[in-house]
Amino acid sequence: MSYIFVFMILASIVCSFFTDTSQELSASIMDGASNAVELLIMMSGMLCLWSGIMEVAKECELTQKLAKLFSPLLRRLFPDVKKDSRAFECICMNVSANLLGLANAATPLGLTAMQELNKDNKSDVATNSMITFVVMNTASIQLLPTTIATMRKALGSQSPFDIIICVWITSAVALFTALAINRIIQSFGGKKWTT
Amino acid sequence: MDYVMPSLIAFVLCYALFKKVNVFDVFVKGAKSGIKTIYNIAPTLIGLIVAVSMLKASGALTMISDFLSPVCEKIGFPSELLPMTLLRPVSGGGSTALLNQALKDFGPDSFLGRCASVIAGSTETTFYAITMYFGAVNIKKIRHTLIAALVADFTAAIFAVLTVNLLF
Repeated sequence: MSYIFVFMILASIVCSFFTDTSQELSASIMDGASNAVELLIMMSGMLCLWSGIMEVAKECELTQKLAKLFSPLLRRLFPDVKKDSRAFECICMNVSANLLGLANAATPLGLTAMQELNKDNKSDVATNSMITFVVMNTASIQLLPTTIATMRKALGSQSPFDIIICVWITSAVALFTALAINRIIQSFGGKKWTT
Repeated sequence: MDYVMPSLIAFVLCYALFKKVNVFDVFVKGAKSGIKTIYNIAPTLIGLIVAVSMLKASGALTMISDFLSPVCEKIGFPSELLPMTLLRPVSGGGSTALLNQALKDFGPDSFLGRCASVIAGSTETTFYAITMYFGAVNIKKIRHTLIAALVADFTAAIFAVLTVNLLF
C-alpha cells in the first residue's frame, strides 16, 4: 500500500512536469483533501442508517435464516466439509453476511471458517475447500451495493440504485466464472498450479 | 424499483419487533458502528483521494488511458475506466477514490459513471481478501486461488460494460 501511495504521488509530479500543469497540481492537493471530507460527510448519513438496519437484521436472526436457506447450495460447493461441522456453519454465516453487506460481521466469520478448515490440514498448502471459500470472498455477492449507491447519491445521481440489476448479473457471472475455473483446475489435480 | 429500499427497511424492522427485539436500541448501536466505519476509512480515503486528484491534475490518468486505449478498443472496454479497474483488486480505498473521480467527471448517471459503479459494486479487493484469509491460517501455497479470482475480476469488468449497454 505504501508503495502504491508514494508511486501515485511521485508519478503525478513527474507527469505534471511534462504536461506543464504545476499550478493545477498544487491546487489539486487542497481540492482533493476537501473533496474527500465532503464525500465522507455526505456518505455518513446513509451509511449509519444502513448499519443500524443491518444490526437489527442480525439481532433478530434474519442473517441466520438466510444462512439456512443457502446451506443446500453451499453443500455442493464444499463436498469435503461435513454439513453439521462448525466450519460449514461459519461458511453459511459468512456468505449470508456478505450478501447483506455486513462486512464487519462477515470477516470474523470467514476467519473462523478458515481456521476450522485448516484443522485437518497439516501442511502449508491450501486445500480445495479453502480455495473455494477464499475465491467466493474475493468475488462480491452483496445484494444491495449501499456504499456505491450512497456515493452516487452524494454526487447527484437521480436514481442511485438503478445500477442494481447490472450489479447482480455482473457479480453472478463473475462468481460463477471464478467457481467454474476453480472446479476445472481442481478436477485436473491442480497440484502443479502453485502460486 | 423505488419501493425496494423502504419496504426492505420496513420488513426488517417489523420482523425484529415481532421477534421482540429492542429495535431502536439495536438500531442506534448499529448506526454507531456506521460512524466508526466512516471514522476508520476517513484517513485512508483522504490520503488516496488527494493522490488520485493529483494524478488527474497532472494528466497521468489520461496518459494511462490513452496508452492502453488500443487494447481496450479491441475488446470494447471504455479506456477511461481502466485506471479504476486495474486498481480495484489491489486497493479498495484507491479504487473508491478513482470511482469518486469518475462519477464526478462523467456524472453518476452517465454511461461511464454507471459502468464504473457496476464494476466497483461487483468486485472485491481480491489481494486483500487472499492475504487476509490465507495469512490468518498460515497457508503459503495458495495454488490456483489468484488465477480464479483475477479471471473473475476481469469477467466482472467486461460484463459491467455489457449489462449497462444492454439495460440503459
